[in-house]
Amino acid sequence: MSGPLISLGILVVGAILSALCGRRSLAAARVALLSVSLAAAAGTPTALRVLVTGRGVSWRAPWSLPWGSLSVALDPLSAFFIAFILLLAVPFAFYGRGYLARHRGSSWHSLSWSLFQILVASMVLVVSAADGLLLLMAWEAMSVASLFLVIHDHEEEGVLKDGLVYAVAAHLGVAALLGLFALWGSWAGSLRFADLSAVPLGRGASWTLFLLAVAGFGSKAGLAPFHVWLPKAHPAAPSHVSALMSGVMIKMGIYGILRILLLLGGWRPGWGYLLLAMGGSSALMGVLYALGQHDLKRLLAYHSVENVGIITIGIGAGVLARTAGMEIASLLAFMGALLHVLNHGLFKGLLFCGGGAAAQASGTREMDALGGLLKRMPWTGTGFLIGSMAICALPPLNGFASEFLIYSGLLSGALSGRAAPSLVLFFSVPVLALAGGLALACFAKAFGVAFLGEPRSAPARDAREANPWMIAPMMALALACIAIGLLAPLMVSLIAEPASALAGVAAAAGGGGAAAVLTKVALAGWALLLLAAILSALRWLLLRGRTISKAPTWGCGFSAPTARMQYTASSFAEPLLGPLRGVLRPRVHLVEPRGLFPEGGSFSSHLEDWADKILYEPLFGGAANLAGRVRPLQQGRLQLYLLYTLLALIALLLWQVLA
Amino acid sequence: MNPVVVRLLAPLPALVLAPLLLGLIGRVKAIMGARRGAPLLQPYRDLARLLGKGELLSTTATPLFRLGPVAALASTAAALLLLPAGPLPPALSFPGDLLLLAYLLALGRFGTLVAAMDTGSAFEGMGASREAAFSALSEPALFLALGGLAWARHGLSLGALLGGGTAAGLARQAPALGLFTAALFLLLLAENSRIPVDDPATHLELTMIHEVMVLDHSGPTFAAILYGASLKLWIFASLLVSVWIPAGLPAWASAGLYAAGMALVTVSVGLVESLTARLKLAKVPRFLALAGVLASLGCLVLFAGGRP
Repeated sequence: MSGPLISLGILVVGAILSALCGRRSLAAARVALLSVSLAAAAGTPTALRVLVTGRGVSWRAPWSLPWGSLSVALDPLSAFFIAFILLLAVPFAFYGRGYLARHRGSSWHSLSWSLFQILVASMVLVVSAADGLLLLMAWEAMSVASLFLVIHDHEEEGVLKDGLVYAVAAHLGVAALLGLFALWGSWAGSLRFADLSAVPLGRGASWTLFLLAVAGFGSKAGLAPFHVWLPKAHPAAPSHVSALMSGVMIKMGIYGILRILLLLGGWRPGWGYLLLAMGGSSALMGVLYALGQHDLKRLLAYHSVENVGIITIGIGAGVLARTAGMEIASLLAFMGALLHVLNHGLFKGLLFCGGGAAAQASGTREMDALGGLLKRMPWTGTGFLIGSMAICALPPLNGFASEFLIYSGLLSGALSGRAAPSLVLFFSVPVLALAGGLALACFAKAFGVAFLGEPRSAPARDAREANPWMIAPMMALALACIAIGLLAPLMVSLIAEPASALAGVAAAAGGGGAAAVLTKVALAGWALLLLAAILSALRWLLLRGRTISKAPTWGCGFSAPTARMQYTASSFAEPLLGPLRGVLRPRVHLVEPRGLFPEGGSFSSHLEDWADKILYEPLFGGAANLAGRVRPLQQGRLQLYLLYTLLALIALLLWQVLA
Repeated sequence: MNPVVVRLLAPLPALVLAPLLLGLIGRVKAIMGARRGAPLLQPYRDLARLLGKGELLSTTATPLFRLGPVAALASTAAALLLLPAGPLPPALSFPGDLLLLAYLLALGRFGTLVAAMDTGSAFEGMGASREAAFSALSEPALFLALGGLAWARHGLSLGALLGGGTAAGLARQAPALGLFTAALFLLLLAENSRIPVDDPATHLELTMIHEVMVLDHSGPTFAAILYGASLKLWIFASLLVSVWIPAGLPAWASAGLYAAGMALVTVSVGLVESLTARLKLAKVPRFLALAGVLASLGCLVLFAGGRP
């Protein structure tokens, strides 16, 4: 257990030192880089050992706080997430060092580096806590640290408002978690996980706890309809923080759901159906809204909703298959979900780093003002391309390996018969396939509009490549995406133990089959690369000695094309979003050109979130309305307040006398 | 013969004969239109001519302009490794390889889209946008049809779900298989830019889908694109045909059925192209939805009937 505890210690000391750096924020950054790297070096070996051997470790210390206990434990599930958090924090920290290098040193930056380390430390504590109260405290530290990181650029327009939405959403989630642990703790008499899992639960009780967990943890994960904060908060943050939040932090919600499932036991098929429904709707809604975005980072944030949906489909399938007695399907689905957690962390981190670098270099996140960045920023562009291919689950990259496992879980469960669980698993397949097809359209749009073609604005034309501090982490992440895809069978040993604990089978039984199939998948990936290499060589041989001339792009006879005539992000998405106009209801501003020599026509459209409009605006509007009605009570007049005090005293007196 | 060698034989018919399908479609259309038309082997001549040329590159383009078509051809060729061809078993087969097939086709599409966007041309962006949209909408139908076949044959590898039908099973499941075949045929038309979804012979850029994406390509790279398109047509036709070839036939019978089936599908494509008009672009999603509905119906029929 000592490894992760040492990591925690290093991170906390680093956070304090960074905060003390004051205006020397470069020193704060150096401290952060050192502490995050050391923490990864200290914590990962222990976590990997637990993952491979399957033997957990735990540690407990006396604690004077009521109800809580300072007990932490590392089972394979925690170990997987600890290794995931610590290893991914390193490239994001290095990227952040480069991303903030353009700013002058300020104590606010030092503080932000301190918060970055606190965020990493609190996530490590969340996944290693073996006590409800400790988990809640770590959870709150995580929310607060990330909130202040989100409002890092608070002088920019709209950032504080987005931060507020995040703060409210995070605390509504915590309210559900408080309810969860308060209820469960009152039945168990303690908040230690061992005691919680020992208490027998009836049907209603276990359903209540499960729903509270889905609401509380699901809102952090960004599951629809709890996702509205995510596309607001993630783009507002500086890009290394966006990467850490989108890649890693939202997975704490996934961890929470998995942990509660393990503790609850006695799963019900209904849970599987609910998770599949929520996952499917998150996947589809996330990718549809992503298609409608013009803001590069907001598009990426909506894709986090989509990918959390895909992970949740995996979890739901795992739960459903296990309750229906299909262990192998369950194991495959859980393995896919866990591997997708890791993969999404890698490629979404890569995409946020690449998108952030592009936005920083050209001064805007509006895709319709970008273009041609691949020529100006070849490293960043290549990184973004690899990330795009990975997130679209294209072979031979890592996204395909994990989605392959999820699909395999769904299909092998579906093939086992024609009972209700099999049919639901069967019809989840086209949902996942549609989300995949739409994601491909979306990333062809994002990459094509921002990085290819001609620049659509002067700042984009003058964009320069990012600095090496930013490029190196992006390349490391891209290489990881490629390596996991081509060496997929090796990953099985890292996910077999936690997945088999969830699926309720022996790791050795099912892991081998998955590894054998993934070997074939990886083999096909290598064959693909070989074919591409042969074809490139053939092309080179054929063209050797022939003329290769260059000319402007064919404009169908038009002699004066401008960069603004290129297809934009909105026009690219039109064939998909147009037929759905009735459902998605984009807000359209159209000024039609008029007259014989028309001038000044314009068109713009914005896609607003359905959940925002239908669910949350009425809800919070109602709350504000209610608060307004109570307001006359609070006039700010001292006499009135004295009267309230008097009335309260009289009421208390009466109560005392009557009782 | 050495089993490894036999396994590598399966992609060969496609690699050699795929352009012939395009020639055959052209012949059918010429005969139906009472034109003299191009000879059967015209696609081979086109390929040979393009392979002998130099290339013209756009000044806007990056190396992706050349890499995209290479990736597309490589992924389509890799997809061929997964398919059986008549009596020949697939070169690479494992449970779940149908997913790899679908995603290899997606990779090919991504390569084409990226190469199109790379030119910065409004026309090519338009084609890319349409291709991306229509392919996304055809994914559910493809997965439903392949998933339904997997359910019917109780196997997750293409080798099992395409070649695993017994004559009795075929007769018993004929209604469902027929619906899957219909769905796959509609997908074949859509994914291979055929009428009524797209028209490979149109001359107006505004109405094109696939052709407009490759406007700027030339020389050997364009040859790779044309050849890749014919391989993709072969893959879809082969999916359709293999479903109906019963297992356990002698090799010559299986090969004969396969060849006859491929010819039949190709001629049908030519007939459809000759006899129907193109759909308005806005109606294409409905066409793809129809494929999805047919495949879903097939699944329902299958589930209602149960497995033998």
